[in-house]
Amino acid sequence: MERGRKIERDSMSMTVVEKILARASRLSAVKAGDVVEPKVDLAMSHENAALVINQFLEIYRGTSLTPKVWDASKIAIIFDHRVPAESPKTASNQKKVREFVAEHFVQKFHDIRGDVGGICHQVLPENGYVRPGSVVVGTDSHTTSHGALGAFAFGVGATEMASVWALGTVLNVEVPPTIKVVVTGKFKRFVGPKDLILHLIGKITAQGANFKVLEFHGPAIEQMNTSGRLVLCNMAVEAGATAGIVPADDETARYLREEASVTGSIEFVEPDVDATYEQVIDIDVGQLAPQIACPHTVDNVKPIEEVAGRKVHQIVIGSCTNGRLDDLAVAAKILKGRKVAPNTRMLVFPASGKIYRQALGKGYLGAFMQAGALVMNPGCGPCLGVHEGALGDGEIALSTTNRNFKGRMGNPNSEVYLCSPAVAAASAITGVITDPRKGNN
Amino acid sequence: MATVVYKVGDDVSTDVIYPGRFMATVLPNETPQFAFADDATFKSKLKANQHVAEKILVAGNNFGCGSSREQAASCLKGYELIIIGKSFARIFLQNAINLGLRVVICPTIEASEGDELELKGDEILNATNGQRFPIEPMPRSRQAVIDAGGLIPYTRQKLEKLAA
Repeated sequence: MERGRKIERDSMSMTVVEKILARASRLSAVKAGDVVEPKVDLAMSHENAALVINQFLEIYRGTSLTPKVWDASKIAIIFDHRVPAESPKTASNQKKVREFVAEHFVQKFHDIRGDVGGICHQVLPENGYVRPGSVVVGTDSHTTSHGALGAFAFGVGATEMASVWALGTVLNVEVPPTIKVVVTGKFKRFVGPKDLILHLIGKITAQGANFKVLEFHGPAIEQMNTSGRLVLCNMAVEAGATAGIVPADDETARYLREEASVTGSIEFVEPDVDATYEQVIDIDVGQLAPQIACPHTVDNVKPIEEVAGRKVHQIVIGSCTNGRLDDLAVAAKILKGRKVAPNTRMLVFPASGKIYRQALGKGYLGAFMQAGALVMNPGCGPCLGVHEGALGDGEIALSTTNRNFKGRMGNPNSEVYLCSPAVAAASAITGVITDPRKGNN
Repeated sequence: MATVVYKVGDDVSTDVIYPGRFMATVLPNETPQFAFADDATFKSKLKANQHVAEKILVAGNNFGCGSSREQAASCLKGYELIIIGKSFARIFLQNAINLGLRVVICPTIEASEGDELELKGDEILNATNGQRFPIEPMPRSRQAVIDAGGLIPYTRQKLEKLAA
């Protein structure tokens, strides 16, 4: 691509995000702190599109202009937060969104369906909507997920999105500084991407990367599949990061071609070797133990031996963090032929209809149900406490989701611990927080 | 002079400011009823201070971390609160500015409920204890939005200019 080559020749060295923002802003180079107005390649919303629509129409109020979205092919709306609707109010909001989608010809619309539905952060990658080097905004904080495919992807509020729908650009973006995270070593059995990101958040704190980008590098990242990279970038926001990003490589191309049916050219945007980083963090995962984020902040992270044995009432496997096929595979393997402990309930939420069908075909869902787990429909489920799977007073959940804030699972008088799918599955059998490396797993 | 009516600590998430179970309520004129819904003292403290002209919420570090839900900003805007925080999470700060909610970044602020604060250009005077605290400027990128009174009028002006 012409502009891409021009950037390569420029004397100024850039990080991945600086390169993406320069190109999207039609500039030869930008640096951290510059204020730019990048063009948007993909603008994603979920149920909160109802509020975006309200704010969008508000922009045009009192003007002679007709409300019109800038590019209906670049807007994605995916219902996932409360599917199927839990209340007349939600159902009416979803109806309002459907009407807008039809009126404005929004093309990337995923309704409540078993074929094309699912959680927005799974639906976007698996449909090939996210491309390396693109700018993605979403009215969801976990939009950072899409950095896993080498895109600059960040969360915005509904009014910001309304402005994007009108103009096709994000107004006044300050180019964020980047922290480089270099990951070496080989994960031990039953330790993986979730443990790495929890460890990192614990190390740098919940605001350690506020207004910054986490750019992931190193042999452990090169060997990690896209599903694992999605876990890292998904939770980058829990360290406050504007975005997480893994520069696109052969694995990105493999994922897009094999799992997202992308044809045509795929362009990689890589950082310059002498790009300026605010900080470099080295992590060796070789000795990493399973990590647990304890209540009520995601940075309250402890190695599993410090919390093992604690009683749990509800196990949740799913969400945009850990509801993909490899997550379900490791959990199903541990649970196969075993039983969920008495007085413990287990809920499984595959991240999309596609994953649900794949897991069904591979026998994972049958293994879960025979063990006593309840397999739910794809969606955000209990993760944000708005729909189903709420906790009782004094109850404790152990969950593969991404947040453990007070009240997160619908009850301020309960606690949520965060972990990997392997820890969740091993703990379901015992009813207490359990290290999957121990016992017969 | 403005009065501190409510004080919170570090890492107060949007789940605490506006619990997820009320997220089906989206309109800015309907969200204030659910602000800090799980803390009954929020409403009682506001009620006790209903005749105070300018009300301040003082927060610690990382106020508004978590979800991008704009209700967390619109529910506070409904009470015309001024939010003074040691630091803010990025999306919350942008949402607040976009909606015209007054936010002030003051990394060293020390104030208790009931204190009278005077907001001067670049510093806050706590008139109750006599201490002064420097104000950090807003992100440069957002000043134009603040000056326009929010992102809706800002975008409207931009669209009208493009159409002209």
